[in-house]
Amino acid sequence: MAEVKTAEIKLPPLKKLTNYPEKLAPGHRLCAGCGASIIIRQMYMVANALGYELIWANATGCVEVCTSIYPYTSWKSPWIHSAFENAAATIAGVEAAYKALKRKGKLPTDKKVKFVALGGDGGTYDIGFQSLSGALERGHDFIYVCYDNEAYMNTGIQRSSATPKYANTTTQPVGSESLGKPQHKKWMPEVAAAHGIPYVAQAAPSHWKDFMEKFKKALLTEGPSFINVFSVCPRGWRSKEEEGILVTKLAVETNYWPLFEVENGKWRITYRPKNPKPIEEFLKLQGRFKHLFKPGMESKIKELQDEVNRRWEWLNKLEQLSREV
Amino acid sequence: MIKGWKDLPIGAVILEPGSSEKYHTGEWRAWRPVFEESKCVNCMICWVFCPDSCILVKEEKMVGIDYDHCKGCGICAHECPTGALEMKPEYLFREED
Amino acid sequence: MRPEVIKEVTYVPYSGNMAAAEAMRQINPDVVAAYPITPQTELMQFFADFVANGLVDTEYIPVESEHSAMSACVGAAAAGARAMTATAGPGLAYMWEVLGIASGMRLPVVMTVVNRALSAPINIHGDQSDMMGARDQGWIMLFSENAEEQYDNLIQAIKIAEDERTRLPVMVGMDGFVVSHAIDRVRLLPDRAVEEFVGENKPMYSLLDVDNPVTHGAVAMTDSYMEFKRQQREAMLHAYKVIREVGEAFADVFGKKYEHIETYKTDDADYILIIIGSTAGTAKAVIDKVREKGVKVGLIKIRTFRPFPYYDVMDAIAASNCKAIGVFDRAETFGGAAGPLFGEVATAMFLRNKHYPMIDFIYGLGGRDTNVNHIEEAIDKVMKLAAGEEIPLVNYLNLRE
Repeated sequence: MAEVKTAEIKLPPLKKLTNYPEKLAPGHRLCAGCGASIIIRQMYMVANALGYELIWANATGCVEVCTSIYPYTSWKSPWIHSAFENAAATIAGVEAAYKALKRKGKLPTDKKVKFVALGGDGGTYDIGFQSLSGALERGHDFIYVCYDNEAYMNTGIQRSSATPKYANTTTQPVGSESLGKPQHKKWMPEVAAAHGIPYVAQAAPSHWKDFMEKFKKALLTEGPSFINVFSVCPRGWRSKEEEGILVTKLAVETNYWPLFEVENGKWRITYRPKNPKPIEEFLKLQGRFKHLFKPGMESKIKELQDEVNRRWEWLNKLEQLSREV
Repeated sequence: MIKGWKDLPIGAVILEPGSSEKYHTGEWRAWRPVFEESKCVNCMICWVFCPDSCILVKEEKMVGIDYDHCKGCGICAHECPTGALEMKPEYLFREED
Repeated sequence: MRPEVIKEVTYVPYSGNMAAAEAMRQINPDVVAAYPITPQTELMQFFADFVANGLVDTEYIPVESEHSAMSACVGAAAAGARAMTATAGPGLAYMWEVLGIASGMRLPVVMTVVNRALSAPINIHGDQSDMMGARDQGWIMLFSENAEEQYDNLIQAIKIAEDERTRLPVMVGMDGFVVSHAIDRVRLLPDRAVEEFVGENKPMYSLLDVDNPVTHGAVAMTDSYMEFKRQQREAMLHAYKVIREVGEAFADVFGKKYEHIETYKTDDADYILIIIGSTAGTAKAVIDKVREKGVKVGLIKIRTFRPFPYYDVMDAIAASNCKAIGVFDRAETFGGAAGPLFGEVATAMFLRNKHYPMIDFIYGLGGRDTNVNHIEEAIDKVMKLAAGEEIPLVNYLNLRE
């Protein structure tokens, strides 16, 4: 694995980042308050500052559908969408083409380019899982970014393996015999890390400095990176549009969505809430958990809190173990 | 107006980068962020969080909002630390037009 | 610099897989992404050997599935690379979704399909159900009778696919095992001659051109989708001409002519067989044999299946003394009147408003033997049909009743 001294390459302050042109044009049709476009813009802020051109492969999903309705595109970078489950395989082909054509002297050598695959949780955790695993294992030089909004939002809030337990979705709805999804969320970053790739991270756009720092590392890392980014979906979560960043912050502050990275196999928590808030703070802003606030549901909330605690503890153990090994 | 099949680039390739700017999502807006420059400290928090690339910045100063595209989600006003942005019902402005 | 391996026209004992791999080495594609599947596996092994020994400049992606193989080819071709792959039967089925994406995005990917039966029951042997199932996915489709044709067709496929008038992917089929694994005499062309023949790929709308960023794979709603489909039909119409031109160019350089169809002793034929693939070879031998007894049989071998050469077929029939036709289908169309090739020939008759008595033979499914006796049996039925006897529309060859 190539050693990159990422600490020596500093990102300019936020104000300076405004000096670069917007690479994601407005006029896309993502819902008002969508987290995904915030994530993409923050990625561009990093790429712009470091002089990288991003070349994208986008899985089918909200971002893909809303940013490329013919004859309009929001992309000012080369961008390809092929299908739902194959963003990683598609970018692998693009990256291989780059290598081959560069070797043959058919491409300019002065450009810094990086290949990015972008998918929602459905395209990443579920249907695109095999293609992602294959591309990570083969070690293509690319960044896979998952904007995780915890359900199939593009098609109308169907459950995915990223949907948290007890969330109300249209394919596992709350009813007289159902409390929503019966299973906990898959822990995707750990699965990605199990591929032994150079860089894995979990981030949230509310904590933009942390996210940008992580995207910077991924940009500078040779080989595959995986970043799982929390992506608010006001429509699917039944949260207020203006509270998207607040909900995201609370996901982090409750340790529901811990911020961490796995750099060359070393786990590190990148942000520790001083006084983690109870999970209710995160849940109560979202209609998808409304049923948990009815009388008699206290044990269910406790169950979710226990899962958060268990994962947080596990993550801390991984960090500790990383220091020792 | 989309051209006929003989005149379209093959394979549905879109050759004009960022052409979605021509599509005005500002029409979706029910609430309008109103900017009060005197309260703004140019921290760029609204800019870093805007999902629609609608915070207009010139020479590191926040200068306004792209109302052609702003969908009125209200994140900017919610996150603004100084109250320089306020959400007001869109109809107040539409009536003026 | 990769070494020049074949300097002059050489004759070798090669299997279809070896010949296809050799063509790929000489084409020297930028990107090859492939997944092993019987009976294609050997082909990719040969190619992987070329990669391992520096005989190609290719970026080789040993993907985790056929779906990803075609997806990577789509990405590579959109990036302006010359991309190739190979598969068989269920692998082609697994690619299905991406086949239409490659053609819809007008990406000139070239692929060998070692024709294999589809599951279930699982069967690794040759039949053409795979490509016949994929026949409306917008790909140009060529079929080879033997190893040398596979080699020649692959070389031509590159030029056909990349022509500005087509910009369509091409799949080239050869029968599993019978062609892919059997050793045959193959004429190989010099490396440099092949390199010159296929020429440089001229990318269109490359993803790697960061100064001119393009969006590939956009959403086309009700207001534009149909226009893009209409463009694809037009590209197929062009492909008909391009395939012919490339065949002529190939003949000019290498002295062997390829057309949409090959006719064998049709001029004076009373009975015509229409066949795709390796069984055409067997049929030629049978035709020679029955002609000794004075039975005038001719063969039309279909090389181009998409775009289907309707008028070429009808011209060949019209130029003969045709009294009846036997179509050979190595694939089923369950619920259809007869096999897929039968349907195409019936359409050809409609287009010329000229009708001949015609029956269909379903043969060779899952690698079932079709030998000289079976073809003789088929000829016998065609003769009876011509004589006015009632023969079923669909007849099975070498089927246990």
